[in-house]
Amino acid sequence: MLNTADILETINMIRQENLDIRTITMGISLFDCVSDDKKRFLTNVYDKVTSTARDLVKTGEQIEKEYGIPIVNKRVSVTPVSLIGGNHTGETYVETAKTLDKAAKELGINFIGGYSALVEKGFTRGSTELINSIPEALACTERVCSSVNVASTKSGTNMDAVNLMGRIIKKTAFLTKENDSIGCAKLVVFANVPQDNPFMAGAFHGVGENECAINVGVSGPGVVASAIKRAGDVDMSALADIIKTTAFKITRVGQLVASEASKRLGVPFGIVDLSLAPTPAIGDSVARILEEMGLETCGCHGTTAALAMLNDAVKKGGVMASSHVGGLSGAFIPVSEDEGMIHAIESGCLTLEKLEAMTAVCSVGLDMIAIPGETDEAVISGIIADETAIGVQNTKTTAVRVIPVWGKGPGESVSFGGLLGYAPIADINMTSPLRFISRGGRIPAPIHSLKN
Amino acid sequence: MKAVISVTGKDNVGIIAGVSAYCADRGANIIDITQSVLQEYFAMIMLTEIDKLTVPFSDFVDGLSAFGKERGLEIHTMHEDIFNTMHHI
Repeated sequence: MLNTADILETINMIRQENLDIRTITMGISLFDCVSDDKKRFLTNVYDKVTSTARDLVKTGEQIEKEYGIPIVNKRVSVTPVSLIGGNHTGETYVETAKTLDKAAKELGINFIGGYSALVEKGFTRGSTELINSIPEALACTERVCSSVNVASTKSGTNMDAVNLMGRIIKKTAFLTKENDSIGCAKLVVFANVPQDNPFMAGAFHGVGENECAINVGVSGPGVVASAIKRAGDVDMSALADIIKTTAFKITRVGQLVASEASKRLGVPFGIVDLSLAPTPAIGDSVARILEEMGLETCGCHGTTAALAMLNDAVKKGGVMASSHVGGLSGAFIPVSEDEGMIHAIESGCLTLEKLEAMTAVCSVGLDMIAIPGETDEAVISGIIADETAIGVQNTKTTAVRVIPVWGKGPGESVSFGGLLGYAPIADINMTSPLRFISRGGRIPAPIHSLKN
Repeated sequence: MKAVISVTGKDNVGIIAGVSAYCADRGANIIDITQSVLQEYFAMIMLTEIDKLTVPFSDFVDGLSAFGKERGLEIHTMHEDIFNTMHHI
């Protein structure tokens, strides 16, 4: 039987503490769209996406209304386009991006992910064509998201790809310079990319997945921060328990929404992603959780330990709440999308180097960080190489989504609007790793014994 | 199927009567009511059976919310499963 305190707790989480379902993402396989005829290929892609996800937004809205829980985004992820492009040229790849953009508009979704390539070991012809077309594809579309996996624990790191991605990010920044280089906010470089991630910009529908699947990403940093605040000065064991209990409750809502959406849409349930995803809104910040745990400002010494504990407790609480967990699952630390992180960077307490250390213990990586527009391509590749090293060596997903904002430098700021937020331009180390990056080749896969 | 209606706001004459009449007019059967008044603050939680609703559930939710707004009350109507899944294993 329901009791009043439980009901009020749930209502309070939703109304006061910004608990929401961040995204219902429908993964759609596009393998059956393959054709060597350009026109037929594009028509197949458009028809498959728009027919399969036809009811996605409507169903999401129905669930939202019925259960009284906001579902912020309804999105689609597709098979990495580099895998279905066959022998088409870069021009057709750009047309595919436009087709996906058109399909996203038709469906009423804000992002569609899967303009992606997996090149951790080497390049196929299709992945080369796709990667080289990314800047133009992101410049001429609004809702398409792109990702490239350049490293994995099994394969090591493809340094040619790391080198190339530095240039691609710079070119994307240049081609979207009229809009503060926003193209780069829709481009992620990964190590150990998950195949079922529902969160943008890194979402795509992996090769081992169902024809179609529903993946759900939950949120709720505000709920965790409030629970810690209410607990007061308890010790770490008690704190970990509070985080676990809260994560459990948050994830249960995600599981409920995922199974309802799956049932109503007649599409298999994939996974629930147990992430604490922040927004730029006050009271929806991961950095503020760390500060509530006792740090003066996020970024001070102790931050990595606090984040490691938070991330671990979120997973422990969430795992039992859902039948299948996957995606990125952990605390996100995007800078421009987190009010507390923005404050920490502005105050000078949080630096890129500290963020890098934090990515060793939490979900994903250097995310939504605005850097000076004049940052050299090799420096960006260096950032990517460092981040992939952390992911590869620790058998975890890491990623880089940095935005070299064209024409802007340290001390200035940039606003991307909506959930992408705003950010001060971070002052970064510009010393050149050019010779190291230009060597190319592959960093061999790491050994998994003799751990030190 | 059951829905939980929560009503909060400044205490006034006829809140329960108003919400109950709204439910009755649309075929929602009230199973349980808990209410309290703390100083001037009114809080009520109502459990209702909504299998025989005469209007679509989404209209019922919107209508009740609008009904509350006119009287300075916050009214939220949610499917009971969200509470069950969150608080019961």
